[in-house]
Amino acid sequence: MNPADWLELLRLHLTLSPLAIGGAMTLAPELHRALVVQHAWLSEAQFQACLTLAQATPGPNVLYIALAGWTVGLQAAAGPWPQQLVLAALGLAIALVGVLLPSSLLACAAGHWLRQHPQHRGVRAFRQGMAPVVVGVMLSAAWLLACSLDLCTAPSQPVPAAIAVASTLAVWRTRMNLLWLIGAGGLIGALGGL
Amino acid sequence: MAAPATGPHPRNARELFWAFSHLAMQGFGGVLGVVQRELVERRGWLSNEEFLEEWSLAQVLPGPNVCNLALMYGWRQHGPRGALAALAGLLALPLLTLLLVASVFRLGADQPQVVAALRGMGAVTVGVLAGAGIKLLLALRSHRLGPLAAMALAGLATLGITWLDLPLPAIVAGVGGLSCAWVYRCLRPGERAPG
Repeated sequence: MNPADWLELLRLHLTLSPLAIGGAMTLAPELHRALVVQHAWLSEAQFQACLTLAQATPGPNVLYIALAGWTVGLQAAAGPWPQQLVLAALGLAIALVGVLLPSSLLACAAGHWLRQHPQHRGVRAFRQGMAPVVVGVMLSAAWLLACSLDLCTAPSQPVPAAIAVASTLAVWRTRMNLLWLIGAGGLIGALGGL
Repeated sequence: MAAPATGPHPRNARELFWAFSHLAMQGFGGVLGVVQRELVERRGWLSNEEFLEEWSLAQVLPGPNVCNLALMYGWRQHGPRGALAALAGLLALPLLTLLLVASVFRLGADQPQVVAALRGMGAVTVGVLAGAGIKLLLALRSHRLGPLAAMALAGLATLGITWLDLPLPAIVAGVGGLSCAWVYRCLRPGERAPG
């Protein structure tokens, strides 16, 4: 990659950031088009691996974009491994800062404006009016994730379905630490329950 | 809105950093459900109603929702330093973990046990989201529009996303717009916010 390519990487992420309404995952098709199809900086398998790994490890979903930037940097130039690590870190920083900076500035400005006008009738209508939508989004996220794990329509998978129901009850009715639940789920899976 | 004078809240930017690190490291497949559990249930920094209000804006604005929430909540508590601390907490440890896992990826990716363990952890995440969703649904009982109307709107949004497969901006504009307009009509013009 030459300097123009690095600038193009930054421009790509800066321009995608304000479009990410609904979260980082909504950018996946557009990033795929740019990184894999248009520039061929990543292979199809590498892009999919970024998505899968970010889902499988803890943390916000936006980190798949950081990992994609890291991978682009890692294979930007042939050379000794310290140099490749530096380039990987550069790719990561460009991708993460690029995709977060515009949306973060907007969020801080919007939050600031709302704090200045807490009594404004429209502001209060917005904050209270959106609450049911937020609840709906959270319940939908649970349902869609369950479907992506084949839990919605597959009674042939009683064990993961039972884990999902049991953890719903544990989260709803107890104050149990989630790490115990996640550990137990992983252990049951690894021991051949699934 | 100023930082609450009473009740627990983060004492400084360092506490914000660690609180968001702690919740981020529990968020497999997204952090949405965990934020409610950590900030509302375990730390008591926000009530369910405050969480829903805070999340509304984070949801509507572009960008990763949970990053927006961390920035806005952190800023409200401790200014720009607080915002950066919360965002850094959310990203730093998970990023290191992800890079570590990605470097050893080829050693374990095709192991059936690893795949099965990830499925088990994913099933727990379903429960985390569903459990937090149920609690927030019940918190709508005290909503301005009354429990029935608020829960019906939540149900409408859920059906729109899962059954009709509508994109989120359409849900926000449609169901959200309807709901906001309805609340706007209920609020009397001269009325002050409680508290």
